[in-house]
Amino acid sequence: MKILCGVKRVEDPDQKIKVNPDGSWIALDGINYKPNPYDEIAVEEALRLKEAHGSGEVVVVSIGGEESVTEMRHAMAMGADRGILVKVSERVDSDAAARLLAKVVEREKPDLVILGRQAVDSDQGQTGQLLAEYLGWGQATFAAKFESLESEEEKAKKPGLQVQDGKVRVIREIDGGLEVLDVELPAVVTTELRLNHPRYASLPGIMKAKKKPVEELTPADLGVDVTPKVKIRKLSSPPERKAGIKVPDVATLVEKLRNEAKVI
Amino acid sequence: MNFELTEEQIALRDAARKFAREVIAPVAAKYDRTGEFPYEVISKGFELGLMNLTVPAEYGGLGLSKVDQVLVVEELAAGCVGIATSMGANDLALLPILIGGTPEQKERFVRPFTEKLRFASFCLTEPGAGSDAAGLSTTAVRDGDHYVLNGTKMWITNGGVAEQYTVFATVDKARGHKGITCFVVEGRPEGLGVGKPEDKLGQRASNTVQLTFDNVRVPVENRIGEEGDGWRIAMATLDQSRPMTAAFAVGVGRAAMEHAIAYAKERKQFGQPIANFQAIQFMLADMATELHAARLLTLEAAWLTDAGKRSTLVSSHAKRFAADTAMKVCTDAVQIFGGYGYSKEYPVEKLFRDAKLIQIYEGTSQIQRLVIARELLRG
Repeated sequence: MKILCGVKRVEDPDQKIKVNPDGSWIALDGINYKPNPYDEIAVEEALRLKEAHGSGEVVVVSIGGEESVTEMRHAMAMGADRGILVKVSERVDSDAAARLLAKVVEREKPDLVILGRQAVDSDQGQTGQLLAEYLGWGQATFAAKFESLESEEEKAKKPGLQVQDGKVRVIREIDGGLEVLDVELPAVVTTELRLNHPRYASLPGIMKAKKKPVEELTPADLGVDVTPKVKIRKLSSPPERKAGIKVPDVATLVEKLRNEAKVI
Repeated sequence: MNFELTEEQIALRDAARKFAREVIAPVAAKYDRTGEFPYEVISKGFELGLMNLTVPAEYGGLGLSKVDQVLVVEELAAGCVGIATSMGANDLALLPILIGGTPEQKERFVRPFTEKLRFASFCLTEPGAGSDAAGLSTTAVRDGDHYVLNGTKMWITNGGVAEQYTVFATVDKARGHKGITCFVVEGRPEGLGVGKPEDKLGQRASNTVQLTFDNVRVPVENRIGEEGDGWRIAMATLDQSRPMTAAFAVGVGRAAMEHAIAYAKERKQFGQPIANFQAIQFMLADMATELHAARLLTLEAAWLTDAGKRSTLVSSHAKRFAADTAMKVCTDAVQIFGGYGYSKEYPVEKLFRDAKLIQIYEGTSQIQRLVIARELLRG
């Protein structure tokens, strides 16, 4: 079983983010980066499938600059076998990312592609769906689990995706219930946060990761034109919150909620 | 000169940082309160390779450099230095074997610690021999193909949970430090008494006991080096382990500084965050400068050991300065928290108690100064 996972280098969302004065992107001075959390979940799920099958290969792909190798090394420290860097100098839009990934998939011929449902930088959430479309493959988005991840009972259960008889079974959370899908392989699956807890990279894993191969490709190698179809015109910060006020009693509170806030 | 960490070193450090934040820190207060041995946390750390860091690859270890080790250890200590001390105790106990043992002894006494979570203890200090370690009085008397050990060892980290003890004893008290010899005591042989865990001020998660040796028989093949080599082995061990202890200090100091910064931005007095006041700013600035200096000394001491150079002077600089800095930073952190800093509801009083021990164990700050002065006045 061969599984391909996307690993995107994103700005760490747990830090103060400022928008550039021209609104073109966020200010990158002193910004920390990390692997997209949804992608870590995708890698974890791929590793679990590989372990459950006793054999296979997990290949991680990143589209970005040379520095994206750091995030792929993290995935390889978790246990992924090798990496492919599609080297681009500018940010690419979701559609270009999907077309680049489609070409990588054609070369690698994986049985399954697992991607994060979105990257936490620009939150577009389109790449997985577009990729399945370009490949003409079946897809299942927002793969999740259906019980508490914390209970001992749940931990003992077979987690997440299950591959059998040329199909992958995916459980999705839908309004008020669950949906269970069987998708013919090869397929594209995107991951929800509630699918698994990614493992920690171990120190021996980190040492091994540095020796794992990373292949470098360019859009030209893959014959893909990455000229964006969608351009970000402007980013802006949300308006600053006004300071709250203290009210002397409940009657004043109700009065203000009714007449000033107009919420009751 | 290059101060840049490699990509791999950053990855190692970040892995330890994540573990410290997500696994150690959330339970640090609990183990501080109960004084229980944090077996579960340490077990998870072992699975991730966060123990026995510098054991060479040929004996099943990771073979990390001392520089790698101090980067990892600082992070663990920032989570809880008591837990970090228990996790680091094997490194200290196995070092004399790595320094003075034969390949066969390393195979027998070191490899098993890389295969499964086990604990080893370094046993030098005695009730009557602390700073004056050469004045130890545990005796080892040759009896056929065994030695017979008698005496008491004090403040032994992980002694209550250990399966192996690296013990320093004298074969001839009249010879002073030239009689000191190093032995490995395996398991819990007859005559080895393990005392109750000490009820300590700080670092309460680490297990600390007294050990008594009452006619404990140790096979001759468990002697590390020759008779009389023990002092040299012990001193070489401490030269190499001081950077790790210094890294404990930097970690606990950093944790206190981070708490102090967060609190100073949040706490309001006179209508504004106390971080706006120069009195607070200067304390924070001094914390940052001194911790940075302590970290650089620690890294240099580790680097000297990696380069195979004599590290006695710099490792004593590092241990002394880092320990004293940690104590000062924690004291100021309590000051910034004010009354809340003195309360167990807030994290800095624990750090304050934890830091104190680092000025004492593995050579007090005064002994480090003595070592430094001797180095300066040599020859």
